[in-house]
Amino acid sequence: MAQGVSPAGALKSAPANAGQKIRAILRPLGLLGPPGVWLVLMMVLPTLLIGELSLVPGLRPGQPIEGYGLLNYLRILEPTYLRVLQRSAMFATGTTVLCLVLGFPVAYWLALKAPKRWRNFLLVLFILPLWTSSLLRTYAWITLLRPSGVINLVLSSVGLPTQNLMNTHWAVYIGMTYSFLPYMVLILYASLERLDLRLLEAAADLGANPRLVFWRITVPQTLPGIAAGCLLVFVTSLGDFVVPTLLGGPTSMTISRLIYNQFLGVARNWGFGSALSMVLILMVSMAIALLLKYGDRNPEIYS
Amino acid sequence: MKSASSSKGGKARLSPPSWEAMLTLAMYSFMYIPIIILGVYSFNESRFGSIWEGFSLTWYRKLLGDERLFLALGDSLKIALCAVGVSAVLGTLMAIGLSKYRFPGKSLYLGISYLPLIIPDIAIAVATLVFLASVAIPLSLWTAIAAHMVFCLAYIAIVVSSRLKGLDPNLEEAALDLGATPTQALVKVFIPQLSPAIVSGCLLAFVLSMDDLLISSFTAGDATPLPIEIFSRVRTGIKPDINALSVLLILASGLIAGISEYFRCKSERI
Repeated sequence: MAQGVSPAGALKSAPANAGQKIRAILRPLGLLGPPGVWLVLMMVLPTLLIGELSLVPGLRPGQPIEGYGLLNYLRILEPTYLRVLQRSAMFATGTTVLCLVLGFPVAYWLALKAPKRWRNFLLVLFILPLWTSSLLRTYAWITLLRPSGVINLVLSSVGLPTQNLMNTHWAVYIGMTYSFLPYMVLILYASLERLDLRLLEAAADLGANPRLVFWRITVPQTLPGIAAGCLLVFVTSLGDFVVPTLLGGPTSMTISRLIYNQFLGVARNWGFGSALSMVLILMVSMAIALLLKYGDRNPEIYS
Repeated sequence: MKSASSSKGGKARLSPPSWEAMLTLAMYSFMYIPIIILGVYSFNESRFGSIWEGFSLTWYRKLLGDERLFLALGDSLKIALCAVGVSAVLGTLMAIGLSKYRFPGKSLYLGISYLPLIIPDIAIAVATLVFLASVAIPLSLWTAIAAHMVFCLAYIAIVVSSRLKGLDPNLEEAALDLGATPTQALVKVFIPQLSPAIVSGCLLAFVLSMDDLLISSFTAGDATPLPIEIFSRVRTGIKPDINALSVLLILASGLIAGISEYFRCKSERI
């Protein structure tokens, strides 16, 4: 691609006149300028501003900045808030593991076992819920999980003791896994679909049993996809707000809920909220750095 | 299917379905049962219980008389349509620019263009709020549109980019050799080739914008887009009329997904 459509052909004739040179600069600017300016103005600058505010202890809306310090970050290290960070990481890790364990067989079946002509349709069917509102899909789980909900109705009608799942950590795991499983399946499918089947056959011909083939050939070949899927689910569930708020109740305070409270809730501490926000961005960046180092380098996979 | 595993094929047909197939079926049920139950309960007469008390259209009727929800839907549509409309142009230009030109700092530009997909919504929402407050812009529908444009244009650019990679690079040169100006080449050659991808990118951005709770919560001011209205109602528990609303919205988004798939297939086939 790089050589084929190189800079507008104008650069090929090096001793071009000034007009041509200016045009060669202006054309990319015309295409890339406006969206670039918008992203810088509405995302990069605000994020830098958050970085600055995170260094202002106890900043409240409308207050002038009085001095800088690391107090906001030190406050995050208090046990209460450390526990929130730990819980967020735990939810994200648990959800990632659940999505991988449940999603891999689905992606495997879709990519290798499903009838070929149905494959695309079945994949689309699985990721179709992603098109519907995540808020409403989470809301749907309230109907199932609440004390007088469908799950308990079924349990009690077959004579089993009812479970109180609503407002527990279990509800958060269920809700998050439900929300993000399609992403995992989509990415694993893309990776499994490219699997070289001849390798599997060769291994089987050489006497490897199916289990050995799976662990020695299939898994290593799809490792980049597994890494990409895991990190995508991890990052998305780490920043999730809707599921812990609607299904987790007060015992499931996570970092995103804490940030929300610093700005829109009762707490109203912009400086502390900004520091938490920077920590969240840092955690996500570390995950992305890991992905770039070990995972699939193909960014298309996220689309 | 015939050739792939010829040695095992005969046996597999006789044996019971594999555990992967069973688990896959279970996972499909897991994905759809909550939605189906929501649909069933939207027709339930009962207000609180999970027990079926008979078929009724009460909640749909109540929904139609709910003015607040319609206002919220109006706000959501205004935000989504404006943000997607502008982003369609900017995102497409960005994708074309990134595929055509090499310049110093390109990888930085590329990195920034991926940021809205990577940074959690809450962090972007908070940053935008603080930024708008610091330059003293009052929050309104317009600030929400401005904030939605950030992720809309990033998603549209990524969808269009992936389509651009599959395009024949000689097309533009051919157009230029035949005497088209670069602008003509863009409008008459690139855009028609890209239009299915632009449409499916726009539909994706539209759905994401209609679904967004956090960024609107922090930037919309007095406007209450639909997700905010729904969120504030369901926080306190089950609302049967929201069940009915969910069914309608899920059907609508299913339709949009269908249209998008159609365009995606079309764009791959050309």
